[in-house]
Amino acid sequence: MLDVSIAYNRYKFLGHEFLTWLWFIMEVDPACILKAESDMVSLEVDNRIVLENSFDNRIENIRIKGDEAGFEEAKLSLQKGGVVTELNFSLKIGDHEWKFNIKGESLNISSLKSPETGKLQKKEDIEGAVLEKIYLYEKVVVLVENLYKQFIRIRVSGKWKNETIPLIKKWIKS
Amino acid sequence: MRLLSSSVSITRYKVKGKIQGSLVQTIMDGLKKNSITEIDNQPVEKAAGWTSFDNPYLPDFQTSSCAIGAHFVFSLRIDKKNIPSKIIKKYYTIEMAKRLAESGREYFSRNEKSQIKEYVVNALSLSIPATPNIYDIIWNYDGSSLWFFSNQKAANEDLETLFSKSFGLTLIRLFPYTMADLASGITDKERDLLSTISPTKFMD
Repeated sequence: MLDVSIAYNRYKFLGHEFLTWLWFIMEVDPACILKAESDMVSLEVDNRIVLENSFDNRIENIRIKGDEAGFEEAKLSLQKGGVVTELNFSLKIGDHEWKFNIKGESLNISSLKSPETGKLQKKEDIEGAVLEKIYLYEKVVVLVENLYKQFIRIRVSGKWKNETIPLIKKWIKS
Repeated sequence: MRLLSSSVSITRYKVKGKIQGSLVQTIMDGLKKNSITEIDNQPVEKAAGWTSFDNPYLPDFQTSSCAIGAHFVFSLRIDKKNIPSKIIKKYYTIEMAKRLAESGREYFSRNEKSQIKEYVVNALSLSIPATPNIYDIIWNYDGSSLWFFSNQKAANEDLETLFSKSFGLTLIRLFPYTMADLASGITDKERDLLSTISPTKFMD
């Protein structure tokens, strides 16, 4: 395997492509996403998108944030050759909602808010509280891993170039 | 960052290697040997070590286990003395003036100045208590996976070093390439393709 720091920098574009693909899939074919988790109701972009556009040896970052934010500017950035570098998600499973952020270059999960759990009353309750949190965090971790697996399988196949890229281009232009 | 907080950040790792001998005993020994040591009243600026998840300021790996369900849950504590640069500058200037007066010299060499600064930082370290930062860890040994509740680069690097020293196992951080290579179930042929791919241009 490649040296870790070299691999991190050389392949961070995969994380940006993953988030770009994910946003496309969420908008165009949400049913495909629902297959990743049996009880999932929805996975949507929540209130924040960060994009990166590089031209003339300059890098421009575009941040769109806010509960009422429209993502037209983000689409415009994609039209100019940008990629998504960070996405904020809202995940609904059953009656519960998770919110979290994924940074493309690391695929790190941040600002993860899981559904409310009961307040810790006694020290003896810690084990139960930890297990409950693990269960709730696992929903997001496993979902991200499954979606990334799905993306990588497409990315290293001919389907990426022949089918996916033309569809993403069409979506960006729409 | 604490895993029971209302908002958390997670860095995911794959754990490479398996423990030989008694699993729980080896892990508890590794935690005990490398648990955090107090650096207050000592001329040390930083310390990193393991601590108990449920009692991070008074770690106790002697009597309490860190196993919860199928997981090992413990914490990394990084104690650091943050001495404001203006305080260092103040005492450095005072110490310089004092030593110049004592020696009758007009100036010191670069090396001497550096030694004076080190002396001042050490002296201040004795009187300033360290600020503790606690980062929780969930280690799923059977699944060879570990969650670290922080995305901070420095904390992640301290974790990787201490983990290897404590348990003789390697942590591989999961990011786009390592996730594709190690956790996507791709074939050798697909792995070869992965090593040759280049960024996609979504617009011409």
